[in-house]
Amino acid sequence: MNGHARLAVALLAGAIFGFGLSLSGMVDPGRVLGFLDIASGHWDPSLMFVLGGAVLVAVPGVMLQRRMAKPVLDNGFHLPPKTAIDWRLLVGSAIFGLGWGGAGFCPGPAVSALSMGLPLVVLFVAAMAVGMVLHDRLLAERAS
Amino acid sequence: MTVYLPSLIGGMLLGLSAAMLLVVNGRIAGISGILGRLLGGRQVWTNAAFLLGLLAGPLLYGAAFGRWPNVTIVASWPVVLVSGLLVGIGTRMGSGCTSGHGILGLARFSKRSLAATATFLVAGIAAATIMGAVR
Repeated sequence: MNGHARLAVALLAGAIFGFGLSLSGMVDPGRVLGFLDIASGHWDPSLMFVLGGAVLVAVPGVMLQRRMAKPVLDNGFHLPPKTAIDWRLLVGSAIFGLGWGGAGFCPGPAVSALSMGLPLVVLFVAAMAVGMVLHDRLLAERAS
Repeated sequence: MTVYLPSLIGGMLLGLSAAMLLVVNGRIAGISGILGRLLGGRQVWTNAAFLLGLLAGPLLYGAAFGRWPNVTIVASWPVVLVSGLLVGIGTRMGSGCTSGHGILGLARFSKRSLAATATFLVAGIAAATIMGAVR
């Protein structure tokens, strides 16, 4: 039963996230570039409000999570194990940033905007999926 | 100030979604991780369910406001293609994107995510500003 409930929660969380991206304007690469392009002459600070609002609400969630022995519908939390700031983190984030600033799309908005059927969005998501698979096949950390 | 209200409320919804997935399912709402795991064939159903919800976002917006959200793409298709590849490779190598590191990581006060977020913000600003200048 927990499995079905988890699916429903994942679907609902995805829908809230997707609606939030549309409402916030972050589904629009033009708005994102309006923030990232600091020399455009018409800088748009929207992204700071989005990130600020998101962190503001996520922090109480994290504080609640830290008081819980396990999540409501699972036997344990699945949190990122790594804490070290290594070269993969920094180089990877820099590569991601270059792509983000290139077209104005990061993974969430790009996937969400797929449902609007724009060819360039499809191209971006397809290239992103290829990049992910390429990395995992060729560049992933070897478990030695 | 009110022009930024939809952005603030939309952002709060992103935080709500992330908090919900964390507290109820015990998972991080990081879109690149969710998509990457799906492509790698791991936890297929829950990851697919989240992405299905994500796809419904613009449709729900359309139902609520009677129009599609704006999506303006100023980049040419070769730039879109290369950017997509970079985003795919970079988010996997750096273990996250604007959602996982940017929202959840910062909310968890993770130094690792703060370093990642600062790095992709600086790289993003550099790329967007240079591309904006040559356009």
